[in-house]
Amino acid sequence: MSTAKTPSSNGKPKVGVYVCHCGINIAGKVNVQETVDFAGTLPNVTVAREYKFMCSDPGQELIQKDLREGLVDRVVVASCSPLMHEPTFRRAMIAADANPFLFQMANIREHVSWVTPDKGAATEKSKALIAAAVARIVLHKPLEKTRVPVNSNALVVGGGIAGIHAALTLADAGRKVYLVEKEPTIGGHMAKFDKTFPTLDCSACILTPKMSAVRSHPNITLWTYSEVAGVEGFVGNFNVKVRRKPRYVKEDLCVGCYECVEACVFKKGVTKDEFNVGLSKRRPIYIPFPQATPLVAVIDPESCVQIKRNKCKKTCVDACERGAIDFDQKEEIKEVEVGAIILATGFKTFDARRISRYGYGKYPNIYTSLEVERMVNAAGPTGGEVHLKNGEKPRTVGIVHCVGSRDSRTNAYCSRVCCMYSLKLAHLIKERTGAEVYNFYIDMRTPGKGYEEFYEKLLKENVHFIRGRVAEISDWATIPEEEGKLVIRAEDTLVGAVRRIPVDMVVLSVGLEPHDDADDVRRKFNISCSHEGWFLERHPKLAPVSTFTDGVFLAGACQGPKDIPDSVAQAGAAAAEALALIDKGYVELEPNTAYVQEEFCSGCKTCVALCPYSAISFNVEKNISSVNGALCKGCGTCVAACPSGALQQNLFTDEQILHEIEGVISYV
Amino acid sequence: MSYIYYPGCSLKSTGRAYEESLLAVFAALDIPLKELEDWNCCGATAYMSISELKAFALSARNFALAERQNGEEDYAEMVVPCAACYLGLNKAHRYLAEYPELRKKIDRALEAGGLKYNDKVHVRHPLDILVNDIPAEKITSQVKKPLEGIKVACYYGCQLVRPYADFDDSHNPQTMDKLIKLLGGEVVDWPLKTRCCGGSLTGTVQDVGIRLSYVLLAEARKRGCDIVATACPLCQFNLECYQKRMSNLYGQELNLPVLYFTQLMGHAFGLESRKLGLNRVFIKPSRVFSKKEGGQYVNS
Repeated sequence: MSTAKTPSSNGKPKVGVYVCHCGINIAGKVNVQETVDFAGTLPNVTVAREYKFMCSDPGQELIQKDLREGLVDRVVVASCSPLMHEPTFRRAMIAADANPFLFQMANIREHVSWVTPDKGAATEKSKALIAAAVARIVLHKPLEKTRVPVNSNALVVGGGIAGIHAALTLADAGRKVYLVEKEPTIGGHMAKFDKTFPTLDCSACILTPKMSAVRSHPNITLWTYSEVAGVEGFVGNFNVKVRRKPRYVKEDLCVGCYECVEACVFKKGVTKDEFNVGLSKRRPIYIPFPQATPLVAVIDPESCVQIKRNKCKKTCVDACERGAIDFDQKEEIKEVEVGAIILATGFKTFDARRISRYGYGKYPNIYTSLEVERMVNAAGPTGGEVHLKNGEKPRTVGIVHCVGSRDSRTNAYCSRVCCMYSLKLAHLIKERTGAEVYNFYIDMRTPGKGYEEFYEKLLKENVHFIRGRVAEISDWATIPEEEGKLVIRAEDTLVGAVRRIPVDMVVLSVGLEPHDDADDVRRKFNISCSHEGWFLERHPKLAPVSTFTDGVFLAGACQGPKDIPDSVAQAGAAAAEALALIDKGYVELEPNTAYVQEEFCSGCKTCVALCPYSAISFNVEKNISSVNGALCKGCGTCVAACPSGALQQNLFTDEQILHEIEGVISYV
Repeated sequence: MSYIYYPGCSLKSTGRAYEESLLAVFAALDIPLKELEDWNCCGATAYMSISELKAFALSARNFALAERQNGEEDYAEMVVPCAACYLGLNKAHRYLAEYPELRKKIDRALEAGGLKYNDKVHVRHPLDILVNDIPAEKITSQVKKPLEGIKVACYYGCQLVRPYADFDDSHNPQTMDKLIKLLGGEVVDWPLKTRCCGGSLTGTVQDVGIRLSYVLLAEARKRGCDIVATACPLCQFNLECYQKRMSNLYGQELNLPVLYFTQLMGHAFGLESRKLGLNRVFIKPSRVFSKKEGGQYVNS
């Protein structure tokens, strides 16, 4: 390979090896002194040192001093994962006027001390990794990062409260935002709630002003009934394709007057109303709810007879004076360039049918919490009345917490909101019906501003609290008082007895789960997820809104269960981080690009067709390929495919990799 | 596909009616069923509570025998009608796959007996096979005397669906319900279908055991059931044999026939009652069988 001039006085590289204790994180399992002694014996190593915390200022100064004094000209740090501190040490190199790519990390924490139970084995493994790093770094050459300008537009995916807040924050800062929502309206779950805990302010009253602000904001392009079809590019320069589903109503002409809905040949609802979570039915042409944004009708192709069978009197078309209805509307693909992406795709509620012993779907008066939210809402299917299937008011109501939460058989995690919303529903049900309300809980979890006080308030309202997980709900009556009732059986762990509470109505406080298509979504955006399916943040404490893919941020419950205040806070944080990226104006790209060694290129053009970024062009005159470094993303596809080995990749040349392997093997 | 039948001790003794009706029904459906040669105890309850290792070894020997009898075929489908055997074998099946240390010991034990187990066994309950392997039409085509108007409480007991709910829901199982409906019977909603029958308590702490059985039957009666269908020899025994005692204790005449679901199938298929072991039951179902749609009894 073409070896660049390496910066050393007599042509021989001088490698410094620095082994970190990381407190006892590494030193508890690895014999640090032994590894340092070993490192000192390796070829080209001129300095080998240890320090308690290499990442600390004194640790970095150790390296910088050796560099300045000319004792070393390239550096190996044996410590944690490069994901953690590679940037730290590269900065330290720069500060000492050294090239940051004459640096290599050996990960002896995540790859060794944290996962190797045996001390002897951990020490030996550390030595092998250090030998590998030393063998490879000898071949490193100085490289420069390239700067690429950042597109100042942003994409927000998901139009719930998190997406709305993030979009408004970015738009208010003067950035152009594309907000994509898969439903016909924005608003998400929050639009369905009646009141919000713990203040009991009306959910719609605080949400709808923000929804209309989105609609009217000059910097926001709102695409509802749409989904992201594909994402290409990289941080600062994403190319996003958005699929706009046909709503069969022209958005620019419709004013949301409801004339078409009234005129539909179906005089009554025919299909499950999504907004009322199935408690009522809607017509094939509908507006999800009166404050829907945009306030534009939509035709459901599954139930519209014109779309399904092409024979209908099309009364809706006649009723629309503005001629907005268009049965010929087709799916449309929009393509946009953005610099940053915020994912705010939210959650779904747990399907209570999965716990058969709770009888949801079997007994008529067992509801989920989301259904009751709609029921207590004045604009809901019952006009705010809480009643049983037979129309009567319930006199006793049981609220079962943790349905699909804190349960190893369904979801092990706590859904974080169900204690508080159960308290809220208990209050509202008692207020509307005067019923005796029983809460069955495992633990009361109220760690938020004003939350514990709300719980205190409920205790004073004479709501009953029974501490214990509900075993089953059935209509099995053993005494006359239980006849015709739903009997909730639970162990009361405070009393130390099994209790049977007969009630008229049961509310199952369902937990939160990732969407069914969360895995497809995360693949599209090239991010990771936890084993439960929640999108994974870059760091659980210190980088809670960024992801492992630069330029892609997270907001709201798609990252994990969250209540409204937390979702909004996180959305603001995600917007701020996206702004920080955009306003910097450029991103620096790793110089891990491919290059052609011209003398070996046979001109077979295999690489040209394989490159996913069209970064390789073919020079007909010289009959060789050449790589455009600005377009290359360092994926390595061409390097692996090149039959003559002419293509190499900076930081991953064949020779570097082979040396690294040799380093491990020669040690073993 | 051929099935290997593992009877276990009950189906050769107190549960003979279960064996007789099972074999008759499988024969009527033309499903080959070959008894496992030289089978031994499954290792259930008593063994399991004293020495797990020995219990697992007993199960493993049955698996090894089933594989050998199965010959070249891919998996041995082991049909296990008794709920206790089903659970015991199923548990062993899982533990042998999940615990390598245990597996090593068991392998050594088998080796001493000249046997080897290669994980090529599926433990199956007849309910699972009849509903999930056999097309519904094949069953309905055999129905000669539909269970018209007969209200059935489908009783699964605990061991078939807990802790392992392999072929059905753990608290609201449906396979037997489906089967009874295919036979033309009416399945009564009865929330106690997986509650304890009393198990071996009827033999040890009798007042508790009998009470547990009584609770089930009283609720079935209350809900208008004509008959209780079971899939477990111990459940059948507990629910049927102590009814007189219950009547004395609780002052309620129950007189509720308790049959194996296979007996009901055989009856609907029009098979001879002696072949179904119906001669062995204490509470005769003849009055129920004479019931016709609309709930009217007719002379049989």
